[in-house]
Amino acid sequence: MPIQLKVNGKPYELSVEPRLLLVELLREDLNLTGTHIGCDTSYCGACTVLLNGANVKSCTVLAVQAHQGEVLTVEGLARNGELHPIQKAFAENHGLQCGFCTPGLLMSTAYLLSKNPNPTEAQIRKAIGGNTCRCTGYQNILKAIRAAAGLMNSVAMVKPNED
Amino acid sequence: MKSKVAHSKKSEALAKKGRGEAKTADKWVGKPVRRIEESRLVQGMGLFVDDNKLQGMLYMNLVRSPSAHARIVRVDTSAAAAAPGVICTFTGQEVAELVKPFIEIGPGAGGKVEDLPLALEKVRFQGEPVAAVIADSKFGAEDAAELVEVEYETLPPVIDPEAAYQDKTLLHEQAGTNRIWHDVFEYGDVDEAFRRAAHIVEIDRLHFHRFTSSPLECNAVIGKWDPREDRIHFWSNNSFPAFAAQFLAPALGVRIDQIHIQTHDIGGSFGIKITNYPYMALCALASRKAGGRPVKWTETRSEHMLASAHGNERVFLDTRVALDKNGVITAIESRHIDDCGAYPRYEPLGCIIWAQVLPGAYRLKNMRVDFTQVVTNKCPVGPNRGYSRMQHLWFLERVIDLCGHSLGIPMDEIRMRNYVKTKEFPYTTPNGCVYDSGNYAKMLEVAKDLVGWDEWKEKQKRARVEGRHIGIGIGTTLDSGTNNFGQAQIINPHAPYSGQSKAAIAKLDIYGEVVINLGSVPQGQGHETVASQVVAEVLNITPEMVNVRPGFDSDQNAYTGHTGTYASQFAVSGLSAIHGAAEKLKNELLRVAAFALKAKEKDLEFGTGEQGPEVRVKGTNKAINYWGLANLVNVNNAGLPDSLADVTLNCRYVYKAPFQVPDLKRKYGNLTLTYASQLHIAVIEVVRDTCQPKILAYAAVDDCGRTINPMIVRGQVHGATAHGIGAAIMENCFYDPDGDMLASTFSDYTPITAMNMPDLLYGHIETPSPFSYNGAKGMGEGGAAPVHTVCAALQDALYPAGVVIKNSHNTGNGLFDAVHLAKSDRHAGLGVKTQARK
Repeated sequence: MPIQLKVNGKPYELSVEPRLLLVELLREDLNLTGTHIGCDTSYCGACTVLLNGANVKSCTVLAVQAHQGEVLTVEGLARNGELHPIQKAFAENHGLQCGFCTPGLLMSTAYLLSKNPNPTEAQIRKAIGGNTCRCTGYQNILKAIRAAAGLMNSVAMVKPNED
Repeated sequence: MKSKVAHSKKSEALAKKGRGEAKTADKWVGKPVRRIEESRLVQGMGLFVDDNKLQGMLYMNLVRSPSAHARIVRVDTSAAAAAPGVICTFTGQEVAELVKPFIEIGPGAGGKVEDLPLALEKVRFQGEPVAAVIADSKFGAEDAAELVEVEYETLPPVIDPEAAYQDKTLLHEQAGTNRIWHDVFEYGDVDEAFRRAAHIVEIDRLHFHRFTSSPLECNAVIGKWDPREDRIHFWSNNSFPAFAAQFLAPALGVRIDQIHIQTHDIGGSFGIKITNYPYMALCALASRKAGGRPVKWTETRSEHMLASAHGNERVFLDTRVALDKNGVITAIESRHIDDCGAYPRYEPLGCIIWAQVLPGAYRLKNMRVDFTQVVTNKCPVGPNRGYSRMQHLWFLERVIDLCGHSLGIPMDEIRMRNYVKTKEFPYTTPNGCVYDSGNYAKMLEVAKDLVGWDEWKEKQKRARVEGRHIGIGIGTTLDSGTNNFGQAQIINPHAPYSGQSKAAIAKLDIYGEVVINLGSVPQGQGHETVASQVVAEVLNITPEMVNVRPGFDSDQNAYTGHTGTYASQFAVSGLSAIHGAAEKLKNELLRVAAFALKAKEKDLEFGTGEQGPEVRVKGTNKAINYWGLANLVNVNNAGLPDSLADVTLNCRYVYKAPFQVPDLKRKYGNLTLTYASQLHIAVIEVVRDTCQPKILAYAAVDDCGRTINPMIVRGQVHGATAHGIGAAIMENCFYDPDGDMLASTFSDYTPITAMNMPDLLYGHIETPSPFSYNGAKGMGEGGAAPVHTVCAALQDALYPAGVVIKNSHNTGNGLFDAVHLAKSDRHAGLGVKTQARK
């Protein structure tokens, strides 16, 4: 099936099998391998991306459902070689170890902070309740998200993909 | 979050006597240096196996057994082979003609097990691979795999380890028994201790459940058997490649040099990825059959949960504990049955590895453990974080808690009476292990202080009056690190393994860049960063000036037969190798600089000048930078004196830990070099109506000797704590009586999330190891302290209700049943008898 979509601001026209998942499109067809597959059943959130501004688990979205849509992946967060404040906050607070879950967590955080710039502890935990990390015990992830909120509130908000 | 740092003066003094003397002038070691790895990983620029796409790459899909135990009547791959895009297929029969069964470590019955990459004649666990389909697309391989026809004739499954012990149904007929390893470990005079005991406590049965640290990245491998060079290249996430190579070469009938293994970023392993070599073998065979095209296999999560590796399950039977009148344990005897699943693979090493911590943190002198390992129709086990020691430590912590509760001695008090005392370090255990350093009493004090012990004791009293169940539990554990492979000879006297070693290479490349090749296989532990800290310290440069190659590559030659990342040891064995290589390089640089600057070596110093890292004559501006030194050796070397003929600036160093082969007959000897310790305290409420355990407070205190990077150490403690809490109250690889694995997706297995993970109160003390050059102790595994601690808190909460915590996994359902059973019959669920003797 023919589909058109924008990924990280770049337009694509492709022909895909109806069963192709969005995560497979990103990884296999577009070589955007930052988005990972951890569980196949929507539990772990390693595949989280933003589709039309909302966070989705791209292992449970068909590529054809993204037709006419705009997708933001981890590769689209940094701008002009400058890390996004969320990326900075995770790096500075040791909010990752093996880094496999990290792209999904960054995207869930991006969605959370886009809707709620000053989340409470409980709201942060809920927002990443669908992102599994097996390395960090979440302690430094929570710290990184609090720091990211602070960074984004203190500097002019960086809006990815809007030149 | 609070944190607290406490130091032990006593142990500092001890360490100063040894080689672990604490230096104070370090610029980089001991500092929370930000990780190098972070930059690529937060940008989605990590390179995990499945991210690789190679020219002409094919995809493998596996057909797996739906049954736990069945005879394979027929496998027909003809329809699959004819499907579009399919390049080739494999059945177990075809594979068996191409490979030899993998080496078995065990002697006797265990040695007779035949383990092949695809099942032959019989399947022995649900999810065991039966056939393989290789196609030019992922979908093509998946679709064709659906066309493979397999006919099974089911056999009675053997699921329960005690049933396996009965040998009524055999898994491996040629072995003649399901009991693949057995021996008795006896130390001291157990019978005499029982004769003199003031109290004897008997516990009928304890059960440590199966769980897996289930790394978020599943197993994956690309194999390419290149016919042009007759070598096999693996892009792999195996976390113990030297071990994998030693299993693969004889099975595939190649020399070990024909096997090239490389790893890059690995999405966690926690030991589980050590045993993924059967899939490496399959990809290699498939590649050869496909004419040398690379073949990729990426495991799905369900495949991972069903068939990768689980942690060992263990039952502890007929335990008897002797105590003196003061509540000091004088002897323990017990019968342990360990369940390793369908194939031993890394086992029966677990049958000795628990003995690294034979007495736990306690001064136990007299012990008799009858230890058997059985095979069952379940997923094979692998060395899961806390491997084999955590089962035993959990057993000891249950023993000490049940003794305390039975005799009315508070939980902190009974531990204080039994702990190894600080002045006794280095402490030799009854089986010859040497605990290098520690201060368990201090850790208890720090943890109690952190959690607010006295206030919780008050709250607990008040809650009990209201009929609420609040428990406060302590877990004291050891993370024994840098293992002595000589213990394998206790398992099998013919095992050609002993000692421990790691290799590393430090070089000045042609243009003078400092390059380090790691002899380890990191999966998130920050080895690149820590290595750069150590090298920067040696050369008096900054960590950014050190280029550490990510991952492992056997063609870079920084390996020994022990190379891998396992057994909590990088800070000791890995850094010793890196430090040794950096010192060797430094020495060569000094010699070349002395020649170039026409100066004496003793007048030179290392540092950074305007033109980067350099060696200079002290108190002058005469210097030569690294480019100049590398140039003299590598590119511009006419006229170098004979005295520098041996200089390569490419320095490989092998660290060999100071071990002896243990006394095999007595099962006596030092089995590990360092003993990091953990002391955790949990406060848990068992909610009255649902019996759901709710963590109210959690403190984790850690001692891993001298810390190289406190930020990374803390992160490791957080992670190990999450694994343990998840295992204790959520995660369980449970099977029904037919051998169906009931947690084959994450939705069923429910790995711990941010919604369930409590805030951790973190504390830290340092008792430097006298046995490592840097005073550090390996610490990644963490002893599964929370499993013991959570069970201790639940026991404390429910002992007054007549409940004995007999399982390591406790959900609301299980606790509800236990509480209600105890209500209907006070003694039914107990299984613990106490007799006062005098």
